[in-house]
Amino acid sequence: MDITQYFTDYTLRTITLGTAVLGAICGMLGSFAVLRKQSLLGDAISHAALPGIAVAFLLTGAKDSNILLIGALVSGLIGTWWIRGIVTKTHLKTDTALGLILSLFFGFGMLLLTYIQKQPNANQAGLDKYLFGQAATLVESDVILMSTVTGISLLVMLLFWKEFKLLLFDKNYAMTLGFNTKFIDGLISFFIVLAIVIGLQTVGVVLMSAMLLAPAAAARQWTNSLSVMVILAAIFGMFSGVIGTAISASQNNLSTGPVIVLVAAVFVIISFVFSPGRGILFKQLRLLKNRRELELQKTLYFMYSIVRKHDDISRPHAIRILNNFQGFTKGTLSQLEQKDWIVIQGTNWSMTPRGFDTAANLYNSNLPEQ
Amino acid sequence: MTQKIAVAVDDLTVAYNYKPVLWDIDLSIPEGVLMAIVGPNGAGKSTLIKSILGIIDPIAGSVTIYGKPYSRQRDKVAYVPQKGSVDWDFPTTALDVVMMGTYGSLGWIKRPGAKQKKQALEALEKVGMLAFKGRQISQLSGGQQQRIFLARALVQNAAIYFMDEPFQGVDATTEIAIINILKELRKAGKTVIVVHHDLQTVPEYFDWVTFLNVKHIATGPVKDIFNDDNLTKTYGINYKVAVQQ
Repeated sequence: MDITQYFTDYTLRTITLGTAVLGAICGMLGSFAVLRKQSLLGDAISHAALPGIAVAFLLTGAKDSNILLIGALVSGLIGTWWIRGIVTKTHLKTDTALGLILSLFFGFGMLLLTYIQKQPNANQAGLDKYLFGQAATLVESDVILMSTVTGISLLVMLLFWKEFKLLLFDKNYAMTLGFNTKFIDGLISFFIVLAIVIGLQTVGVVLMSAMLLAPAAAARQWTNSLSVMVILAAIFGMFSGVIGTAISASQNNLSTGPVIVLVAAVFVIISFVFSPGRGILFKQLRLLKNRRELELQKTLYFMYSIVRKHDDISRPHAIRILNNFQGFTKGTLSQLEQKDWIVIQGTNWSMTPRGFDTAANLYNSNLPEQ
Repeated sequence: MTQKIAVAVDDLTVAYNYKPVLWDIDLSIPEGVLMAIVGPNGAGKSTLIKSILGIIDPIAGSVTIYGKPYSRQRDKVAYVPQKGSVDWDFPTTALDVVMMGTYGSLGWIKRPGAKQKKQALEALEKVGMLAFKGRQISQLSGGQQQRIFLARALVQNAAIYFMDEPFQGVDATTEIAIINILKELRKAGKTVIVVHHDLQTVPEYFDWVTFLNVKHIATGPVKDIFNDDNLTKTYGINYKVAVQQ
């Protein structure tokens, strides 16, 4: 297909818009899940939503996605509630509770799906799209629903921004200030469940948590500000949706959900390697630079120990006397000169006042400034 | 003595999973003291503070702040949690954390403005951290993080300060800086209650002390009750003899 078709094709436009909105809301709310150290909660919730879809179908016999999604929402919320119950009422830790609920609900959901498939009315074709998602089934009403939910959660996030931040950073402190932390906590959880549920049709229960976590994990690498992180995560999520849809549409209709998740994973890898503050690459470069800097300082300090013995600090000394010193090279000398720490004249070097000061204060940097 | 009672704890009992952590605590703290809570590990020192502040629900008992329940006196109380209780890799700056001290008086939804920022900057200056206001909090040293927490409580401008081990893992410079601020608070008539581990410094830093080991052992002026008898009752060993060995 060519590029013009991409912008004129109504179905494709709907799908692209849908996955973009979905990516944005997931990135936004995923930031909170990641910072709350509940990354796996998303995985548990999405799996917990499956039996809800099956039960909703069994009860109503309808394939209308909105009814099925209400079923997903209910069972997702029940799952979340049970996880909290297990953690607060027993000695079990969160990871155990998540694992338990995830497999229990998913198993039950699969059981119901196979049961439905054996039913004679066989109207079930399409329910299994909720396993891995099928973006191609998105229609305009789905996109409107997604956009509405995104709009509402954006509004709530802006209203309660201060409360969300406080709760995520220091829950006990938030309590002492008089904030109802259960309410704030519940609000965040509710919107995470909502985001997951509206994504099920597109990405599916199995991969949904990646939509939530990948953009947030990538965004965290680029910034130390919560607001920038949330915005970046939304942008990464949005582009994952758009690029993923484009790739899947142009490549013989590859399954959209997995492609979107893979694109999001590429964002994560790029961020882990190339982000300036926390990325592996720049960390290594900084390490190397620091090492060179230290070597330079070591040489300077050695020179300082020679210069110190004389009254006149600018008195020239032969370069030769440095030869026994480890780590000294011609490069080091010229770098020292570049920094205006020493002056080189022929085969001699002499220290500048600036170099002398720097050397004298090299190892005092950890003391408070006077 | 006509001193007002700042904090009164009555028959407080707290348990985690059936095991009592605090047993029938009766305690009254007069206004204007700088008080250490001492006791061995697991004595319930942090739990006592947390249940006074309503973070932990007690099984029985009640707490009053200036004669009224805590829920109606929040604006009179500030809290400095243990430094290790939060994730310092959280994406925020020192100034932003200190601003959180103003959230309680702001209430729901309202955003901090120029006035709150000014208060936060003043508190940062008091703890000697103004130069680090824009610093990501993970790039601060342990002592600096503790100062940020202290500044956050100072912003609350409370009458009573609860601090959970503010000297843990900080160097001598920070320790002196913090104790000077605490002494200043007392001079200004505030009540300061500190969970403290270093028995050596109790007589030097504090004027009031509570001995705690699940049960309440003694509370009073350091010069009257900080003695061998109470130390032995609290720690189960003859402390001074043990130190001298």
